Amino acid sequence: MSTVNLTINNKPVAVEAGSTILEAAEKLDIKIPTLCHFKMDAFHVEHRCGSCRICVVEVEKRPNLAPACCTPVMEGMVVHTNTLRAINARRAILDLLLSDHPKDCLTCPKSLNCELQKIAEELGVHNLQYSGEQSTYELDESSAAIRRDLDKCIMCRRCENACNNIQTVGVLSGVGRGFNAVVAPAGLKKLADTQCVFCGQCVQACPVGALTEINYKYDVWRALNDKSKTVVFQTAPAVRVAIGEAFGMEPGSISTGKMVTALKMLGADKVFDTNFSADLTIMEEGTELIERIKKNENLPILTSCCPGWVKFLEHQFPELTYMPSTAKSPQQMFGAIAKSYYCEKTGIKPEDLIVVSVMPCLAKKYEAARPEFTRDGVRDVDIVLTTRELAEMFHEAGIQFDKLEDSEYDSPLGEGTGAATIFGTSGGVLEAALRTAADILSGKDVQEIDYTPVRGLEGIKEAEVDVGGIKLKAAICSGLGNARKLLEKIKAGEAKYHAIEIMACPGGCIDGGGQPYHHGNTEIIRKRMEALYQDDLNHPIRKSHQNKSIQKLYEEYLGEPGSHLAHKLLHTSYTARKKF
Amino acid sequence: MRIDSPAALAEYAAALKARKHAPVKLLVSMGTCGIAAGTGEVLKAINDYIAEHKLDGAFDVIEVGCMGLCYAEPVIMLTDDKGKRIIYGDVTPHQIPAIMQAGLEAPATGTHTIDRCWYYPEDESPAEGELQARIVLRNTGRINPEDIDQYVAEGGYSALAKVVTSMKPQEVIDVISASNLRGRGGAGFPTGKKWSFAAAQPEGEKFIICNADEGDPGAFMDRAVLEGDPNAVLEAMAIGGYAIGAHNGVIYIRAEYPLAVKRLENAIAQAEEKGFLGKNIFGSGFDFKLEIKFGAGAFVCGEETALIHSIEGQRGEPTFKPPFPAIQGLWKRPTVVNNVETYACIAAIIRKGADWFKGLGTAGSPGTKVFALAGKISKVGLAEVPMGMTLRQIIYEIGGGIKDGREFKAVQTGGPSGGCITKKNLDLQIDYEALKSIGSMMGSGGMIVMDEDDCMVNIAKFFLDFTADESCGKCTPCRVGNRRMLELLNKITSGEGNMEILEKLKTLSATIKDTALCGLGQTAPNPVLSTLANFEDEYLAHVKDHRCPAGVCANLIQFNVTDKCVGCGLCAKRCPVGAISGEKKMKHVINQAKCIKCGACFGACKFHAIAKI
Repeated sequence: MSTVNLTINNKPVAVEAGSTILEAAEKLDIKIPTLCHFKMDAFHVEHRCGSCRICVVEVEKRPNLAPACCTPVMEGMVVHTNTLRAINARRAILDLLLSDHPKDCLTCPKSLNCELQKIAEELGVHNLQYSGEQSTYELDESSAAIRRDLDKCIMCRRCENACNNIQTVGVLSGVGRGFNAVVAPAGLKKLADTQCVFCGQCVQACPVGALTEINYKYDVWRALNDKSKTVVFQTAPAVRVAIGEAFGMEPGSISTGKMVTALKMLGADKVFDTNFSADLTIMEEGTELIERIKKNENLPILTSCCPGWVKFLEHQFPELTYMPSTAKSPQQMFGAIAKSYYCEKTGIKPEDLIVVSVMPCLAKKYEAARPEFTRDGVRDVDIVLTTRELAEMFHEAGIQFDKLEDSEYDSPLGEGTGAATIFGTSGGVLEAALRTAADILSGKDVQEIDYTPVRGLEGIKEAEVDVGGIKLKAAICSGLGNARKLLEKIKAGEAKYHAIEIMACPGGCIDGGGQPYHHGNTEIIRKRMEALYQDDLNHPIRKSHQNKSIQKLYEEYLGEPGSHLAHKLLHTSYTARKKF
Repeated sequence: MRIDSPAALAEYAAALKARKHAPVKLLVSMGTCGIAAGTGEVLKAINDYIAEHKLDGAFDVIEVGCMGLCYAEPVIMLTDDKGKRIIYGDVTPHQIPAIMQAGLEAPATGTHTIDRCWYYPEDESPAEGELQARIVLRNTGRINPEDIDQYVAEGGYSALAKVVTSMKPQEVIDVISASNLRGRGGAGFPTGKKWSFAAAQPEGEKFIICNADEGDPGAFMDRAVLEGDPNAVLEAMAIGGYAIGAHNGVIYIRAEYPLAVKRLENAIAQAEEKGFLGKNIFGSGFDFKLEIKFGAGAFVCGEETALIHSIEGQRGEPTFKPPFPAIQGLWKRPTVVNNVETYACIAAIIRKGADWFKGLGTAGSPGTKVFALAGKISKVGLAEVPMGMTLRQIIYEIGGGIKDGREFKAVQTGGPSGGCITKKNLDLQIDYEALKSIGSMMGSGGMIVMDEDDCMVNIAKFFLDFTADESCGKCTPCRVGNRRMLELLNKITSGEGNMEILEKLKTLSATIKDTALCGLGQTAPNPVLSTLANFEDEYLAHVKDHRCPAGVCANLIQFNVTDKCVGCGLCAKRCPVGAISGEKKMKHVINQAKCIKCGACFGACKFHAIAKI
């Protein structure tokens, strides 16, 4: 690779040919503000549409200003990032953006997490020059998961890139033109009427408050203050390694104990763990996997934990709906067990038990609302909060999260293994399944249980592992674009696997649409991943089938994995849906 | 019948020339302009007359494209082999018997005849008064565009035959480069250079695209070529394909040009049948296929990256360059995009050589340029002139001056991306550089002429309204900036202007020019900047005195009845809102609260008793 020499603000720098001015400036620690530019290094994703023009800089001998984010460097280029001309232009661009943006920062759900707000503060824009007509659109709260307030859309197209290029879901695109251009589903449809899978990658990508979650905090507050209800929480694996970020803790801090304490302080009757039902999932799904392998039919088995992925399959590959495991996701297994086993054990009526999930995910909100997860008019999971919403509740309650002591989960639905905790990262479900399958197939307590080839943030991973004498060929993919690639190969008969783990979000739940905003910094995601593997090591029990509470559940209630009752409570079916 | 060698083509063309034909050719202008003006009925009258009087052998009736005399449509031309000709304008069906009877002897009485004001530099020298030199339009209005034989008879496809059988691709590029032909679509980028970039890319799939997405308000030369001489474009695209190593071409045309589409489709089918397109063209081993893609008429799709996205089925919006299409274009392959008029020059340059082409026009901008004359000009239509002609010649000598004897005020060139040119520059010899030097641009060649009744602030608003509406909305300065500019202009024209707004308008213009993503955005403020530069006093009258000197901006004018009023009552009758009252034979009064400033009374009064202030 050849190098190119240039100067930025009179400082010389040499960068690889093909680099942009922005990249060269980063090398010199010169900051150029950006808005539409969005990079996720670990996933090899760069959105470089050059549309916002906030990053314009002056390049000598060039007639107009250059957008730093997409202008390639040239030998001998002389760049100035902070001349009066560049600064004035940047301020004018920001001024124009703000002239068509609601000034409701105080009440915006994105306040203090908003990149536009941050740039306005950094550029010190206090007196706006321009004003005029503002774009107005109907607020879209049609789905259970994603709230779209297009009045705030700044046309950076980051959501569109996430939806179309990364996820290949193809719901969001530029609609209308000129001043009336906005990013939306075709024909300005409501999200609920589209093939949106609610993965929430658009929400993670949105720099402003145009895309956020549908907020259920007040439903939880009401339930907590309703004396006739018992409120139990379940917390997903990926939440514990991310929620601390909302309180200034280092990314990757494992704050499980603090979270349990804080939930108790909110007034939770019981705090349980989705890790419990993740172990249960392994029992059911693992059994199904072993059966399918033994019979050598209906392979590969696809995981079904991720509701975004499931909906993607239903829309995009309706002919393959026979492939995924019929096991419900851990969230829904938890709900089903809570409203049956736990209710029977405690004598609480299912309608008086409120199950609140805390998830790194927006699709979980949609999943909990799927009609098949309601029995006798009672939802298995009543309310789904994201990591972000729970953190907001803690803030609202004045809880100084980072200073809390640790507490333990309640019993019996609070016990989880190391195998369950890694469900939160891409490769974890498969690794957990391998750990159990190896033991069952070999009849031994296998000690080498770190299946490292399945780990990491790569979009598609492959592994061939010896599981109890069977050479098991597995693939792991995260990000729906990668899933599409893999499924196309399988459909064409170009790839053969026994099992495939698929997660909708790149990297898995650690990068879920409901996690604290990472603003493209994938180091944060890597740290969350590392924390989950550390959490796995910290667990005394690291195999799902060795979870004592799970063993007891089967003894006392379900019988054995795949039993009639297990099927009734813990399995589901899939619906072929339309592509458009 | 397939023609598979240059010799066979020459033989075929000679045979066509030698075909027996009637003594008089009767050309009937059947472009969109002619058809809209009623040429269809004229044609029917001609055919009826011939049938009735059994004159089959006396006239060859040929339906041709636009002759450029749009102001006089329906137009017909009678001509013979010896160069005798009579052109009739404003023809009506009932004039036909007289015209047919008179033949070529003398003009029929009671008709409107027109002198030919152009010549064909490929074949002849200009006669007195023939200011126009037609290369691009050499066949337009001369042959039947739906009959490929007529194109071949005029030397059509001989350039392609020569290129693919006797020239190396680089030699073709060398000829085009030497001719210094510059892109006729707007910026004037040298065509040879563009071709050489794409040719230099490693072998593999490449594309050649014709930008037929003509979208400037008041520009219609590309449509005229496509409707009048589609084969000229096909031949040039095949030549370009050979030069850069592309075997596939796409013509991107707006669906609003149905007649052009029909004639293109027909031409492609006929060219394929003759073997001018398709496999092994003229036995050279060169394959070239063409397809047509329809655009929905978005102005921004004239920008090459937006156009390419539109062809790919993406949203038609531009992307940042580099990479340039010549390196990475359609389907990420090297792609050359040229517009219709550029292609229409190619075959002639190959036939006659680069030096011949450079013999016309200026040193920096050789050749000719077609201008579409529109607005307040007497002779609306097309004029193809050598580069370097003065605006005065084009507007007064070719265009017949200003309509109704009014005073010339300005002419807008370059469409909504260009600027206005005033009286002081009427004698400027126009080419790419000259227009740029006075703050305008060549653009596609639209010339919209304005007279003393046009308000320049309102004109700027008109163009900005167009670009703001046609903006794709991708980048901030164009999406929001142009809207804010338009709002500021609206304030000025509605009487809410002040000096601060004027200053804001200037600053915002500069920002948009400096920061917008594509040519559409970067040039959107030009009409404002150039009217501000040339007619600042008009802006000042609007913002300081709240007065519209041209009497156009409704909020800034008032109609009053003067003492000349005789009380005829016609104005009151015409007033759509009942704002005028008065006794018969007494001076009338306009109720200013009710008046909507429509000007109906002003137009109605026969005694010039209504004053506009």
